[in-house]
Amino acid sequence: MEPILLRARGEANSRSISTYLKLGGYNALKKALITDPADVISEVKESGLRGRGGAGFPAGVKWGFVPKGSPKPKYLICNADESEPGTFKDREIIHVDPHMLLEGIIIASYAIGATTAYIYIRGEFQREAEILQQAIDEAYRKKYLGKNILKTGFRLDIHLHRGAGAYICGEETALIESLEGKRGLPRLKPPFPAVVGAFGCPTVVNNVETLACVPHIIERGAGWFAGIGTERSTGPKLFCVSGHVNRPGVFELPMGTSFREIIEEHCQGVRNGNALKAFIPGGSSCPVLKADQVDIPADFESVAAAGSMLGSGGVIVMDETVDMVWALENLLAFYAHESCGQCTPCREGADWALDIVRRIRRGNGRPADIETLLRIARYASQGMTICPLGDAFCMPLRSFVEGFREEFEAAIAKGEPPRPTNPPVLPVRHDQRMFT
Amino acid sequence: MSAELTAPLAVTPRHELEQVAFDQAMEARIADLLGRYPTKKAALLPLLWLCQDRWGWISPGVMRAVADRLELAPAEVEGVVTFYTMYRPQPPGKYVLQVCSTLSCQLCGAAALIQHLKRKLGIEFGQTSADGRFTLVDVQCLGACGEGPVVQMNDDYHTRLTVEELDRLLDGLR
Repeated sequence: MEPILLRARGEANSRSISTYLKLGGYNALKKALITDPADVISEVKESGLRGRGGAGFPAGVKWGFVPKGSPKPKYLICNADESEPGTFKDREIIHVDPHMLLEGIIIASYAIGATTAYIYIRGEFQREAEILQQAIDEAYRKKYLGKNILKTGFRLDIHLHRGAGAYICGEETALIESLEGKRGLPRLKPPFPAVVGAFGCPTVVNNVETLACVPHIIERGAGWFAGIGTERSTGPKLFCVSGHVNRPGVFELPMGTSFREIIEEHCQGVRNGNALKAFIPGGSSCPVLKADQVDIPADFESVAAAGSMLGSGGVIVMDETVDMVWALENLLAFYAHESCGQCTPCREGADWALDIVRRIRRGNGRPADIETLLRIARYASQGMTICPLGDAFCMPLRSFVEGFREEFEAAIAKGEPPRPTNPPVLPVRHDQRMFT
Repeated sequence: MSAELTAPLAVTPRHELEQVAFDQAMEARIADLLGRYPTKKAALLPLLWLCQDRWGWISPGVMRAVADRLELAPAEVEGVVTFYTMYRPQPPGKYVLQVCSTLSCQLCGAAALIQHLKRKLGIEFGQTSADGRFTLVDVQCLGACGEGPVVQMNDDYHTRLTVEELDRLLDGLR
């Protein structure tokens, strides 16, 4: 497939506006601004573009939820909080081609009638924020941003808003809270942000990669975009592969490429000639899959049919040397740390599960632990919490324990029985405040 | 990204931050920030960043000044400062080393880096070395998993690190 989102990779000064213009950049914007906004939305709907942040919701449909004729201002927010373990594609887009993202933001803002857009970028991405600020400044100078864009009368300001270290702010309502100057606690939905979002106004939150697809759809047409990938998972996708492969990195491939092709061809196989044991297909919150599922096509439907999710496209590869009890402990430590603390099932459940898995690894596991872990996975997920972070830790929890049950049983059997002199293992907040 | 030498943080000592005032340059930045949002409160995160860049950390005195400036309760500001892991309510060392300890980096050898750093610096996660040079932080996924293991030093990412490269990096600092 010809590179689309990463077409500028390898170009000299790929981030500069002159390179972007040379490659045909901002032509889509010219086309969009003389098109009716409703037609821009229709085009994106017809393209089948689905959100690349993890949920896979159709982008054009989301835009269409913004109430027409509302007197309130509307906001477009680009979600650049990229924090899902195993995901590093948005960072790549920002490094390679920041103007592609800006053009997508401008077109999306025009389509929904926003005159202010924010890019919410995770705090650790300070260098990436500098790259984006430079691109924004260039775009203002060339009149692609500001009061009278391309003399069409459309105006838009884009502001960068840095997060400050909180995974939860990648969830769109927590992100909005954070934008408003608050702790990042997710909101109950409905109302959905498209109706009541930032500052009480209609708001669309889209992922970086989703927005980067938009200029291409406008320029080359919905039909062209829908012709890439599968029937219901259209377009190119950035797969970011990490872990035990010879060549980790970001690969742009059509939706529906098999995980075998991704791992064996593009990543040149599992490291040290080892055998593949398992892989997480779309960021750490997606259920883990086993080596014998590697022929599954990487598209939303096929991965869902296999019991997992395409998520963000963050593929974490684990070879035969990985102790799955250890890997689950690592992931649970992440979620226990990142739970915002609002909902009891998530706040207590993640800590409790982590505690049990730690105990198993220390040789103090009990036969009943497996059932307890699966019970936690049942009771902290599927609508028991305000946001999907409950599900996000329960999915790896359940899939690791069920898929690799024998390893957990072996770790429990191997362990010594708990000595009566042991202090009780209390749930602790693994709250790693930076300084003590 | 890591070609240039990471600059040390300028950390203002505690006794100078008991009470702070914003100078003219900062007020100009604040006016710009306030123009970006429909509410004053929304400028809180960027203003805290501005303060942390200026003073190296966010003391109770800084929190009070921020609260005054944005017409918020000091408790509200403290609530935000303590919710986000990157705001520092205590003075850090000149170099804050954030070591990614999440799965992909761990699969690629982060544990060896962590063990080495703890031994070399003589500190645990969350602590600052006695000479005030280094603060060691256990950080969750930095979003650069394809280049693991990753250590963020102040604002710079250092990727695909080995223990030897890490040593070279630390020894080369001012």
